[in-house]
Amino acid sequence: MNGIWLDFERPIVELERKIEELKGLQGVEEEIQRLKTQAEKLKKRIYSNLNRWQHVQLARHPRRPYPLDLLPLMTQDFVELHGDRRFGDDPAVVAGIATIDGHRIAIVAQQKGRDTKEKIRRNFGMPHPEGFRKALRIMKMAAKFSLPVVTMIDTPGAYPGADAEERGQSEAIATNLFECATLPVPILVIILGEGASGGAIAIGLGDRVLMCENSFYSVISPEGCASILWRDSSKNKEAAEALKITAQDLKTLGIIDDIIPEPVGGAHMDFKLTAQNVKKAIIQTLDELSSEPQEELLTRRVEKFRKMGAVNE
Amino acid sequence: MWFKKKVKARPEEKLKLPTDLWVKCDTCGEILYRKELEKNLWICPKCEFHFRINCRTYIKLLLDDAQFDEQDAHLEPADPLLFPDYKKKIKSDQEKTNMKEAVVYGYAKIGGIPVVFTAMDFRFRGGSMGSVVGEKVARSIRAACEKRIPLIILSTSGGARMQEGILSLMQMAKTSAELALLAKESIPYVSILTNPTTAGVMASYASLGDIIIAEPGAELGFTGRRVIEQTIGEKLPPDFQRSKFMLEHGMVDLVVSRKDLKNTISKILKIIYHGSPATE
Ligand SMILES: [Zn+2]
Repeated sequence: MNGIWLDFERPIVELERKIEELKGLQGVEEEIQRLKTQAEKLKKRIYSNLNRWQHVQLARHPRRPYPLDLLPLMTQDFVELHGDRRFGDDPAVVAGIATIDGHRIAIVAQQKGRDTKEKIRRNFGMPHPEGFRKALRIMKMAAKFSLPVVTMIDTPGAYPGADAEERGQSEAIATNLFECATLPVPILVIILGEGASGGAIAIGLGDRVLMCENSFYSVISPEGCASILWRDSSKNKEAAEALKITAQDLKTLGIIDDIIPEPVGGAHMDFKLTAQNVKKAIIQTLDELSSEPQEELLTRRVEKFRKMGAVNE
Repeated sequence: MWFKKKVKARPEEKLKLPTDLWVKCDTCGEILYRKELEKNLWICPKCEFHFRINCRTYIKLLLDDAQFDEQDAHLEPADPLLFPDYKKKIKSDQEKTNMKEAVVYGYAKIGGIPVVFTAMDFRFRGGSMGSVVGEKVARSIRAACEKRIPLIILSTSGGARMQEGILSLMQMAKTSAELALLAKESIPYVSILTNPTTAGVMASYASLGDIIIAEPGAELGFTGRRVIEQTIGEKLPPDFQRSKFMLEHGMVDLVVSRKDLKNTISKILKIIYHGSPATE
């Protein structure tokens, strides 16, 4: 239990450390039990009262599991496939095929890096156009072989750089949305961590949209919103509140279908349990979707997004 | 959307100054006589800079006899997130523009061909796309689909509207999905990009035209210049993300002067549209 911890996690981590220390000693079983009860209570209190910014912090937790952490815990035969066949291979997007509990699927996911070197290689999970185009290539192949698509979103946004513009960042995102609207196989979207802006929606159009309990999904990062609204990017807490970006918010707003529970304290506390929960949600949703006739599936998909929005007639 | 750029006051605002007889060109600095500029369709005679004009001016400029049968003009934004100051800002823009939202759509003719014409207006919340903009654009696409007539969308936008949060982001999916259905019916969609068209609008319907036409000098792209400069830590050349740059990078079909816009559209429609409108 070492590494980086968030402010509000510290009291728990300290308590757990104390318990670990006592474990080697004689005659302290009662004390250990007492501390354990205290720790459970503390966890419950802290994690049931998270504000929106704390959800954002958990979604961005440096120890949070990424798709390449979870996939090996969910499937034995994931084959990663590379490249957009036009320009290059974007390491910020991981794509491939696999079997999950009998479901043959295609996977398209955004991948951040764990250490500095990998973070840079994967561009902090911010895709270039070739990343979105790789995603689309795999989705079209999925349609060809009748594989449902599972997308996993975890990105601070599409890469805001000059080269991304030169190669058509806008066109890449728009084309994904256009193609996914009528892709003739089920699409399941899972927001694993950060779902920020156009980079997220680029692989976010599907038949079902699920969010992990501590993920967030927003039109703009809280920092970006704060710097526009109050010319002060440190007001991210207020911005997160105003934007209403938690899984619970989005469920209430009718944007997502369901919430995937995370281990107490967040997905980083237990990768195995997180993978188990995500896997369960995938299987359950694909069971539902695969029984729908294709035509109905596609009609409902467009209908789903058609309904989104608040308009005064 | 990313970070909003500071937008300089453009002609409409400037005209309210006491010296409204004269306008200074933002690009070349030339002092221009307002009446002359208006006659020249708000194009600087010296440097060809296209001043920003509002959607009503485009209606006069592009549609046969300036006839426009507007639809759903009454749709108004809600405040689904109860976002700080949003209602106040909407009200003030409504008063300023005499519009309920940042887009209009309706039936018209261009060069004798019936079309659905949709035009955004930058004066209203920087042309940002919230639920109503997304909904009206979506309805305009459906109208083109039902009537089996070409769709023309003239865009200008800073991107998705922050104050409607995730609902704004979803309008990208909504409008693109409607365009996918329109495409299946082989009904043409011409996208016209004016200054500026960026972020969420550029990354959805504005980039999905069968034919994409840009006005000269328009700023077009996903991320705004300032944010890119912050990201890469260097200054960008002045022509970066401008219409010519987009043409050279293969992102638009044509860059057309405002003076030739109507002619170009009608020429294109005459060639690619040979369906007949649905009869009721
Ligand atoms: Zn000039």
